[in-house]
Amino acid sequence: MNQQQPIIEVKNLRKLFPVQKTTLWDKEEKFVHAVDDVSFVLHHGEVLALVGESGCGKSTLALTLMNLETPTEGQIFFEGKDVTHLSGKALQTMRRHIQMVFQDPYESLNPTMTIGDIVAEPLVVHRLAPNQQERDARVVQALEDAGLKPASNFMHRYPHELSGGQRQRVVIAGALVLEPKVLLADEPVSMLDVSIRAEILNLLASLRETRGISVLFITHDLGTVAYFADRIAVMYLGRIVELGETLAVLERPLHPYTKALLSVMPVPNPRLRRERIILQGETPNPINLPRGCRFHPRCPVAQPHCQETDPAWREIEPRHFAACHEV
Amino acid sequence: MRSLRQAPVLLEVRNLNTDFLTPGEAPAHALADINFTLREGEVLGIVGESGCGKTTLMLSLMRLLPANGRITSGKVNFMNTDLLSLSEREMGDVRWKNVAMIFQGAMNALNPVHTVGRQIAEAIIQHNYITDQKLVTDRVVELLELVGIGAERKDQYPHQYSGGMRQRAMIAMALACNPQVVIADEPTTALDVMIQAQILELLAKLRDKLGLSILFVTHDLGVVAEMCDTVLVMYGGVTAEYADVDTIFNTPQHPYTQELLRAFPDLTRPTEKLVSIPGYPPRLNALPPGCRFAPRCPHVFERCHGERPSLHPLNGRHFASCHLVESESTISPETSKFPGKSGEK
Repeated sequence: MNQQQPIIEVKNLRKLFPVQKTTLWDKEEKFVHAVDDVSFVLHHGEVLALVGESGCGKSTLALTLMNLETPTEGQIFFEGKDVTHLSGKALQTMRRHIQMVFQDPYESLNPTMTIGDIVAEPLVVHRLAPNQQERDARVVQALEDAGLKPASNFMHRYPHELSGGQRQRVVIAGALVLEPKVLLADEPVSMLDVSIRAEILNLLASLRETRGISVLFITHDLGTVAYFADRIAVMYLGRIVELGETLAVLERPLHPYTKALLSVMPVPNPRLRRERIILQGETPNPINLPRGCRFHPRCPVAQPHCQETDPAWREIEPRHFAACHEV
Repeated sequence: MRSLRQAPVLLEVRNLNTDFLTPGEAPAHALADINFTLREGEVLGIVGESGCGKTTLMLSLMRLLPANGRITSGKVNFMNTDLLSLSEREMGDVRWKNVAMIFQGAMNALNPVHTVGRQIAEAIIQHNYITDQKLVTDRVVELLELVGIGAERKDQYPHQYSGGMRQRAMIAMALACNPQVVIADEPTTALDVMIQAQILELLAKLRDKLGLSILFVTHDLGVVAEMCDTVLVMYGGVTAEYADVDTIFNTPQHPYTQELLRAFPDLTRPTEKLVSIPGYPPRLNALPPGCRFAPRCPHVFERCHGERPSLHPLNGRHFASCHLVESESTISPETSKFPGKSGEK
């Protein structure tokens, strides 16, 4: 995309959660390996999709980026500055630039507040618009940018008066009001009806164009990703197993996990019913990770050496990376 | 595609109407004149967005509507018996033995304080399918193995099961009394794609092995394309379009079906732009006077606002309720989702 400094860079990030000992005699300390040695960059104005099944660590990764979880190891750079262990005022300033859009618009809006107050709250928290007039102006701007036009129709209404799609626009307006540089969107459309999904995805895509916002789009649905992500990162058990440009990943998937995931995505055309690679069983327990490649117990092409050594992260073709011995 | 035209008809729904009553308000017409036929071994997909009446339709068929729901007219013929004319006791015999249901949200549908095996046994005993305790246990083991759960896990509790396994247990429970028809209400909605694929594979296998007919309720068009033989598209409590799966996806005639397909992401054509349908589905107690889709329809004209279209037969097995279809000026093929694809395999 561009050669300039990335807006976010993550280096060897690791987040382990200690597991409570079950008996008094448990000597060994155990950990859930939620995010395990993850590195990637997010460029200016880029949409990077982070795809994986539940429990693969994608949400933990987002929370760690927001500094809502402290990483166990590794570094996070925001515009070239190490922000891994920020605190106090510096942390608050950084958070202003990285905003989150949550999954459930039915539960993330306070039902007793008006839409205007909900969207104004971040400004109050960050002490950004001291007088009422300025605050209102910015709230109106954010609502209209999020597609709630005219904003005056919405300012004095309550969340229950709005539909799901409109609520998700309010959530997005609440993030936009701080004029962030990065949006972390955690499954922003999975709770919405199909006919509404497209408009929210198109809104996120247009924000990237008009405001140059970078988006980290976290989802389990490869289908929605295809339409507006520039690059896709596929996560499995706390690690990115494949990363590349959207079309490259969709058309020439390298990692067997990506291949299986793509093959089971339902395609809305009965003439394209095809052979599916259905992985049996479930994702292994992230406490006791498999030896060697963490995907080998479910991998359809696993070889004996996959049980021994963890595959290295390699650039298989230009700008298309994967961690697998067999590609 | 499998041919089902010769298979015997199991379930026939004719002009089914259901209202919800709220004191002091006009009744909400949740279902209006629903018609469909389900043959042996057929998978019928019922598709639509939230609030379109899918779940109400399922609950009406099972006669499990909440207290303020009323079936006002229509017939539900199951093997030549009208289920709506049965007494509550007789209906109790039909439920589970003939028509069973897999409920939405496997996470919450199992009782957390009983073992999975006991809950399946309860379904068997409750419906007097088998009474001998020893044979009940054998049946539980057989059912669990049928859905791919090892017999040794029958004494475990739901929290020891993963999401996919709980859904399998729900399926085992639905199959407990060997029903002919299974109603599956969003059976894979809360599951990951890989687990969803496992469950769909299981349902297809059970359909082939047991000759099950399945009413598959979902909002996911991709799952419909993979699983179903016929499709009923619902909008605001009415049938928008009803046809076999190939027709629905490749030559849809109702503007709602066409728009829904354009709004649905398709991995095989990632460069296409997603189109949303402007506006929101109608509220059932404030329905527009004419066609229920008129306020959002791109092809709307004068007549749509005043007159409600009836379900119009396009040929023997394709129905759509749209004035444009009636006037036979079929909607231009550019708006269809798969232009020029009809020749491909």
